[in-house]
Amino acid sequence: MRRVYLDHSATTPVDVEVATLMMTYYTEKYGNPSSVHSFGREAKQALEEARKQVAELIGATPSEVTFTSGGTEADNLAIIGTAEALRKKGKHIITSSIEHHAVLETCEYLEKNGLDLTVIPVDEEGILSVEDVRKAIRPDTILISVMHANNEVGSIQPIAEIGKLAKEHGITFHVDAVQSLGKIPIDVNEMNVDLLTVSSHKIYGPKGVGALYVRKGVRVVPLVHGGGQEKKRRSGTENTPGIIGFGKACQLAGQRMAEDAEHHTKLRDKLINGILQSIDHVKVNGPMGDKRLPNNVNVSIRFVEGESLLLSLDMLGISASSGSACTSGSLDPSHVLLAMGLVHEIAHGSLRFTLGRQNTEEEIDYVLEQLPKIVERLRMMSPLYDQVMHIKEAQ
Amino acid sequence: MYTEKVMDHFTNPRNVGEIENPDGVGEVGNAKCGDIMRIYLDVEGDIIKDVKFKTFGCGAAVATSSMVTEMVKGKTLDEAMVISNAAVAEALGGLPPAKMHCSNLAADALHAAIVNYREKQEKKE
Repeated sequence: MRRVYLDHSATTPVDVEVATLMMTYYTEKYGNPSSVHSFGREAKQALEEARKQVAELIGATPSEVTFTSGGTEADNLAIIGTAEALRKKGKHIITSSIEHHAVLETCEYLEKNGLDLTVIPVDEEGILSVEDVRKAIRPDTILISVMHANNEVGSIQPIAEIGKLAKEHGITFHVDAVQSLGKIPIDVNEMNVDLLTVSSHKIYGPKGVGALYVRKGVRVVPLVHGGGQEKKRRSGTENTPGIIGFGKACQLAGQRMAEDAEHHTKLRDKLINGILQSIDHVKVNGPMGDKRLPNNVNVSIRFVEGESLLLSLDMLGISASSGSACTSGSLDPSHVLLAMGLVHEIAHGSLRFTLGRQNTEEEIDYVLEQLPKIVERLRMMSPLYDQVMHIKEAQ
Repeated sequence: MYTEKVMDHFTNPRNVGEIENPDGVGEVGNAKCGDIMRIYLDVEGDIIKDVKFKTFGCGAAVATSSMVTEMVKGKTLDEAMVISNAAVAEALGGLPPAKMHCSNLAADALHAAIVNYREKQEKKE
């Protein structure tokens, strides 16, 4: 059966060039970068080359990059590490209502332990207002944490403006850039970012690797203690093959960014327009145009439920995701869609397609051919839909 | 995550649709939680002669609806009343733990339809 992968915001395949390079560091150049001998030195050298590659993609200097086990750990290190480092300065944190769980849950963990938390709402497009952030600032605010681009609806946040605001007030500014890395330009200096989370497996690198950018002079208290690797910010023998793969993936992403964005935007707009033309009662979630990640499509299809859509698509080989409760593992649908003001039943019917380098126009045609049939079948089963049809008939 | 039987009932649901002028209708769930199940009954004497369903919900919601209609067709109302949500899930070869509470309501919808039928009968008498 043919398979069409449209869930690149969940994870991406590892680029063959990346995987080939990594293999060398598993089987031949397997030294511990902390060792003095030649095996150690060659691993260390490759590790530092990777650090340079990651730094380059975000406009940082290599010494400001700390490797972690992934985006989640980097978010935890940024937030908990700052709260601990600035314990005497204050205890107030500001974040947004559409953050990834790695940020939200970490902030809520700190709140349970006595810190104050302000969660900024977003508008119906999933974008927060800089003014709301300004109003939330208190004399004891120590950290603002806002994502660069949202993982569900692709909304891009006004990071540079918030960065300017944070700088004016002397507040540490953390940005989760897991979804935007490699897709849109990032410059930690232009954006006045102090801490920035990035992850490898969203950009055709391996899973289990990420990094936290820590601006020179900013202190975070480590979460993982031990041998003092990563300038004592993150102990534990470095995942050398993974890190080297991440570095290579960053280099490729930087080289390909414009080309990827053009390809993704073309497919994105084709898919959104095609869905709107072929299915009625559809709402596009998130902004249109430049404020949306080039590879994100998110729609709510009225009167049907997201998991049913996913199962039906999956049976035809199409892989997507949904913000319905059934797929979130809780009774509520996506917190992002709810924060954007969607009512539960519309949030339950949401469907996310996230595009990647290997997707083709022909694959989008296949989705556009199959999806309307699936929706029709599910709507024929739906008691919500026949209420609407009855109303229409009565009119 | 779903058994083959669940997927079969999701893909080829039995008895989907409505009954015109049904003898009983039952509905459970709400759009907020993501599941709504409606069951229509055609009753002759004490026997469920025909049963149809309409469901908005996840794979488990559709499959349990389909399964419960298959289980009760031709049964007496009393026999149908004792079929539990757990029995429906079991007939499907089990459901994922998370689905046992939120999407396993088909027997409740059936019972609501029977109660609705009996109430209508009492009014007639």
